[in-house]
Amino acid sequence: MAKVLVVTSGKGGVGKTTSTAALGAALAQTGKKVAVVDFDVGLRNLDLIMGAERRVVFDLINVVKGDAKLEQALIRDKRVETLHLLPASQTRDKDNLTEEGVERVINSLRERFDWVICDSPAGIERGATLAMRHADVAVVVTNPEVSSIRDSDRIIGLLDSKTEKAEKGEQVEKHLLLTRYDNARAQRGEILKVEDVLDILSIPLLAIIPESTEVLRSSNLGAPVTLGSPNSAPARAYLDAVRKLTGETVVEVQKQRSLFSKLFARRAA
Amino acid sequence: MSLFSFFKRNTSAPVARERLQVLLAHERTIVGGGESDLVAILREEIMAVIAKHMSVPQDNVQIKMDRGASVSTLEVDIEIPTTIAASMRPAA
Repeated sequence: MAKVLVVTSGKGGVGKTTSTAALGAALAQTGKKVAVVDFDVGLRNLDLIMGAERRVVFDLINVVKGDAKLEQALIRDKRVETLHLLPASQTRDKDNLTEEGVERVINSLRERFDWVICDSPAGIERGATLAMRHADVAVVVTNPEVSSIRDSDRIIGLLDSKTEKAEKGEQVEKHLLLTRYDNARAQRGEILKVEDVLDILSIPLLAIIPESTEVLRSSNLGAPVTLGSPNSAPARAYLDAVRKLTGETVVEVQKQRSLFSKLFARRAA
Repeated sequence: MSLFSFFKRNTSAPVARERLQVLLAHERTIVGGGESDLVAILREEIMAVIAKHMSVPQDNVQIKMDRGASVSTLEVDIEIPTTIAASMRPAA
């Protein structure tokens, strides 16, 4: 049974695309068939973060409009063969995304893949609402910063009202992914602590992605951080997140853990 | 005092937490259809009531909302020009 997951946040620049790439690659590494879909029409970037920017021929809009077949538009990752990318259009307008068209594409993706991961654009307009429309699971990406938390709260409200599941009286399974977290600064009271964010947003924690230079390094190289720097702290956090998403109980390995991981292992579990 | 402020300097997170809690408590009710544009509605209705009795320019009415954790206040400040006030005297 395929699962559709939306990576969303409301605010821009918090790490949606980075997280989509990292989660998608990590899921595919477990042998699952994964499609990552870029919904940011006009400002696509998932192709760049995945290192596939030079291989884009057709895009989501082409498939929505029937100009290309889904198979023609899907780009298979060169590192993990079960990982595929459906890029967004860079030139067309987001108005080309029709509700019926998106539904058709999502349904075909459900038939072919185990996980369909939709990378939402920032904001709460058409692209964002269509990206979350058919989701079974939502990963809400949030930075420990007031504007990001406010926007996440708004997005949680939309997930509870504007999705297909919500309209059927069901619930989209929601998870918080706290990114760019600097534990030392949180302890000093300079930024909000994970407990504060959880308390305010009241959705369960999926993982804490620590602030790390490895994230930028990997995006420079065009590799999801879970592939480009698999032993780094952010990659390990994404791998834990994937284990949780697939229903595995996360067993914390203590010996190689940094102080940060030790401090947060219990809360993250 | 300077020592005190040195220790206090960077603990802005509790302030952020409190501001967010108050703000979101209100925004959630707005999204749920609660007090959408309450200030605008109140401003309009209050203006209508005032207009029944005297003509005060729109700009002379200031309506402010302060959302608190448990109590919100609505502050209505109407500037009545002396000429209007004089003409309103019951003797007239």
